[in-house]
Amino acid sequence: MGANRVAVIGCGQTKYTAIRGDVSMPGLIREAAYRALDDAGLTMDDIDAVVIGKAPDFFEGMMMPETYLAEALGAVGKPLFRVHTAGSVGGSTAIVAASHVEAGVHERVLTIGWQQQSVSEAMWALSFPIPFQQQLVAGAGGYFAPFIREYMRRSGAPDDIGILVALKDRVNALKNPYAHLHEPEISYDSIKESFMLWEPIRYSETCPSSDGAFAMVLGSEKAAEQAQAATGVRPAWIIGTSMKSEPATANGRDQITPQAGKDCAADVYRQAGITNPLEQIDMVEMYVPFSWYEPMWLENLGFAAEGEGWKLTEKGTTQMDGQLPVNCSGGVLSTNPIGASGMIRFGEAAMQVRGQAGDHQVDGVNTALGHAYGGAAQFFAMWVVSAEKP
Amino acid sequence: MAPQRNVAVVSVAQTPHRRAAAGLSETEMIEPAIRQALDQVGATIDDIGFVCSGSSDYLAGQAFSFVMTLDAVGAWPPISESHVEMDGAWALYEAWLKIQSGHCDTALVFGYSKASPGDLPRVLTRQLDPYYYGPLWPDSVALAGLQARAMLDAGAITEAEMAQIAERNRNAAKDNPNAQLQGSPSADELLTAPYVADPLRRHDCAPITDGGVAMIIAADDAARKFSSRPAWIRGIDHRVDSHNLGARDLTRAPSIAIAAQHAGVADGKVDVAELHAPFTHQEKIVRTELGLGDDVLVNPSGGTLSANPVMGAGLIRIAEVANRISAGEADRGVAHATSGQLLQQNLVCVLEGE
Repeated sequence: MGANRVAVIGCGQTKYTAIRGDVSMPGLIREAAYRALDDAGLTMDDIDAVVIGKAPDFFEGMMMPETYLAEALGAVGKPLFRVHTAGSVGGSTAIVAASHVEAGVHERVLTIGWQQQSVSEAMWALSFPIPFQQQLVAGAGGYFAPFIREYMRRSGAPDDIGILVALKDRVNALKNPYAHLHEPEISYDSIKESFMLWEPIRYSETCPSSDGAFAMVLGSEKAAEQAQAATGVRPAWIIGTSMKSEPATANGRDQITPQAGKDCAADVYRQAGITNPLEQIDMVEMYVPFSWYEPMWLENLGFAAEGEGWKLTEKGTTQMDGQLPVNCSGGVLSTNPIGASGMIRFGEAAMQVRGQAGDHQVDGVNTALGHAYGGAAQFFAMWVVSAEKP
Repeated sequence: MAPQRNVAVVSVAQTPHRRAAAGLSETEMIEPAIRQALDQVGATIDDIGFVCSGSSDYLAGQAFSFVMTLDAVGAWPPISESHVEMDGAWALYEAWLKIQSGHCDTALVFGYSKASPGDLPRVLTRQLDPYYYGPLWPDSVALAGLQARAMLDAGAITEAEMAQIAERNRNAAKDNPNAQLQGSPSADELLTAPYVADPLRRHDCAPITDGGVAMIIAADDAARKFSSRPAWIRGIDHRVDSHNLGARDLTRAPSIAIAAQHAGVADGKVDVAELHAPFTHQEKIVRTELGLGDDVLVNPSGGTLSANPVMGAGLIRIAEVANRISAGEADRGVAHATSGQLLQQNLVCVLEGE
């Protein structure tokens, strides 16, 4: 990390659901923002700058909504910044917010990621027409299914690894009151019998479409000490941040394990002093919108050798009680307001370090990784948070 | 706690600004400017530590439009990169933070749009509060008319002054090869034209433009390596005002004054200023809020009234000031960028030579 220390000193989120018809966009965002401010023992008056992010403006039908939201965010007279980096945006937004403190410009920054997907139809919004690009797919699932099929071919993984991931994440979601999908009857068989959406992705191996927001307050070293004194909750120190991008199509690009993902992990591990991620990282919140992306990202992130990621899933390593719990919150497979999903990963990692995750808390989390990706598996954002001040 | 590093603009390049970049995608349109910005300092993308761009899906007509534009950068092997759904001036701000944080020493920033495929004033109505303003579809020219009327009523400007602002900007654009509109009839002649949105006449309004701008910034030694006279960013800050038009004094933009104070505009003599004012009367507001004296050269490029690529027009202001400083024509300058309707959100950047 850079010039000045930064920590997560407050987290707050909405209940995620298919349709939050009871609140407007400002209402939704304020719900998360107030919870994060309460968690930090602060009010909007204490905030120096607001950094927000969400995926395409077409989803809600508002162009550059930050100007409309200025008052709802308590940002009048303050800096208000809007990030948009595809599905990774929630993670990127948190990183941009962190850089406001890291650069020495501000002490306390409020950051929010959100999406109200109920306002539009995300699948078709993500099926781009000619002339923008070749018209090949129906939504993100249609785009990623062939990559998953190729991963299965290369790795020789058993056909049911995806089912195991979905079962784990949906069962974890039962321990998270904010998760969108609560399916107490979920079972291996019910997932296996759910209909095939985009072969090999079944309905129950796919993320939902959610409304919701996640907010964090990030603070300087001084702000973190004050917040800890006021609230008794320890800060989650940000000890590495990275964003890496590559083109949607490039000669030699491997879409199954993208180089940008490997580079991003290497960058963030270098900053955090991590040489053996499986040993040194206590839990991961990973962006897994389709079940098979868990073993794929386990390899891309260096937790397993190429072709071996599925073995960690099969062995139970990524279960809540495994060596490397992955997506204790239920993950994107249980909750997916796209623009918030990356920030939920980053925020849940911070909540684990702060000991705030309630029923889905893993004991003794000292170091956690938040991971997000977007576009054609080409935009990556990651951070590592730690209980230890760097 | 304050930013510690000296960061400078070392290279800028613009596309020609035209009513329609016909036959070109956004990617094809902006690529030559990015290439030129790199070539001017003998750099390749491998020399750049961070890339950040500003653009709008609503102007492109496609969700995730910026994903395609990555091809104009050459992001293979992978690069450190980000994007803002704001004017490129805010992309510069993000890159400046990244350098201040110590994550990199150099950055490429760019901002661009093609307004030509759509009906820009109507597209911009989708920026408004969706409950109270949006359903009325008040377009950007009509809203600016309300603001100009408020200024006239308050005695803050006259229609003759507005015409003089148009005349000065468009005549200055004669020296700007990238400008879309160059040259102007006299203010007296302009005042004989009919209103398009009373009290605005056609000359009071910026053109609709396709175009963009690319810029390279660098810290300390890297800046000196790239440029014999870097344009150092001495201060940069941005602020937002209320969106609620009924709650605002439309003759003012207090966020500009706050940003100017944080950026240190008043800390020295201002030789040149480039102000992002898409309507003539707005130049007066910006100038007043910045506290600029009558001796300041304003918009020698011709300003936004001569070329208005939305999402790039703010970053162009910074580019134009940087150019004048690097050329030795000015020692200290102020650039202003705006976002939203009626100068709601504003960024102020102070640049200086050695």
